[in-house]
Amino acid sequence: MNQPVRVKTLKIDDRDVSGREDETILEVARQNGIFIPTLCHLEGLTPIGACRLCLVEIKGVSRLLPACVTRVEEGMEVYTQSERLQKYRRMVLELLFSERNHICSVCVVNGHCELQSMAQILGMTHVSVPYRFPRLPVDASHERFVVDHNRCILCTRCVRVCDEIEGAHTWDVMGRGIDSRVITDLNQPWGESETCTSCGKCVNVCPTGALFEKGKPVSDRQKKRQFLPYLTMMREERR
Amino acid sequence: MSKKRIATVWLDGCSGCHMSFLDMDERLIEVFQQADLVYSPLVDLKEFPEQVDITLVEGAVSSEEDLHKIRMVRERTKILVAFGDCAVTGNVPSMRNPFGAKATLQRAYLENVTLHPQVPREAIPALLEKVRPVHEVVKVDVFIPGCPPSAETIFLALSDLLADRMPDMAKLTRFGA
Repeated sequence: MNQPVRVKTLKIDDRDVSGREDETILEVARQNGIFIPTLCHLEGLTPIGACRLCLVEIKGVSRLLPACVTRVEEGMEVYTQSERLQKYRRMVLELLFSERNHICSVCVVNGHCELQSMAQILGMTHVSVPYRFPRLPVDASHERFVVDHNRCILCTRCVRVCDEIEGAHTWDVMGRGIDSRVITDLNQPWGESETCTSCGKCVNVCPTGALFEKGKPVSDRQKKRQFLPYLTMMREERR
Repeated sequence: MSKKRIATVWLDGCSGCHMSFLDMDERLIEVFQQADLVYSPLVDLKEFPEQVDITLVEGAVSSEEDLHKIRMVRERTKILVAFGDCAVTGNVPSMRNPFGAKATLQRAYLENVTLHPQVPREAIPALLEKVRPVHEVVKVDVFIPGCPPSAETIFLALSDLLADRMPDMAKLTRFGA
């Protein structure tokens, strides 16, 4: 038997909205056409609140909370567009740009990149902190795909899609803090991975040029993500 | 009202931003009805003049000369504009930063040369250890991202600046555009 659906009513940006009790602020906001920026979030994958772009203000709560992993509550008053939030979101973006070598003009996904678009959407015209310029490798050992660590923002979409949807768990994260890297298997070259099925899901969910397919013209670098909610839905129906 | 004084400067960049500037075509006439071009790689003047209203700086700060030049330009300019991705982010010139200046010179002048390999030392400025965006060295007032920014973007930005308005660049352009 289906459980009765409990509905919570709340306010987002002074608008009365309602959502199921198991829904997050982000889901309810999107259903109501309220824009909250995200990078690590992708519909169909487990939300993890890693990138912190979706931070929102909640009345009575001193901390800012990530909308993608915060459930709606009765009587909640959420603000998504305050000046304080805009400032922090731009700062998060600036830190992402400064941490690795994001050189858009020579990037294979220039024009199809979520990080690049987000900078434009949030009005970030330059990075006010010093760039780090780390020396990072590019692994092109795979027959079809390349991982360029210069462009990785550690959103772990690749890790999650490989584990949750493909079921291979080829990807993982190694190291701590600023030294973190996505790795394949036990930090072996991708081309030598015994678990990788070459399905390409990781490449298509990657928001930047960190993962890309070899031998495709730059004009055809649009990532194809339509498959993801569809696959999740089909699985849930089979259960 | 007297005409505004505009200058453009070329540091470590490919001149693509200046090409895009020229791409304004007949709109250049409109710009120069309101302003005089007092210094630029496009005109034959050796000395950067005093009291410039708006200076567009193309390119990153890459050598001792760039550093010297940009400091002087800043002193003599009211509104300094970081013009294009190299000036705004370091862009392609900054790709040598993970390796350092020494390794870059070695690669360019020694490893890939068969006849008289030598690092030039005379009459050219020394490279800085790291290429830096302009705003890390001097205060920048306006940022125009893009590699290069389109002629349309440059025209709209200049039109705003000539009318004493601050342009909203995020609406017009982006990194790598």
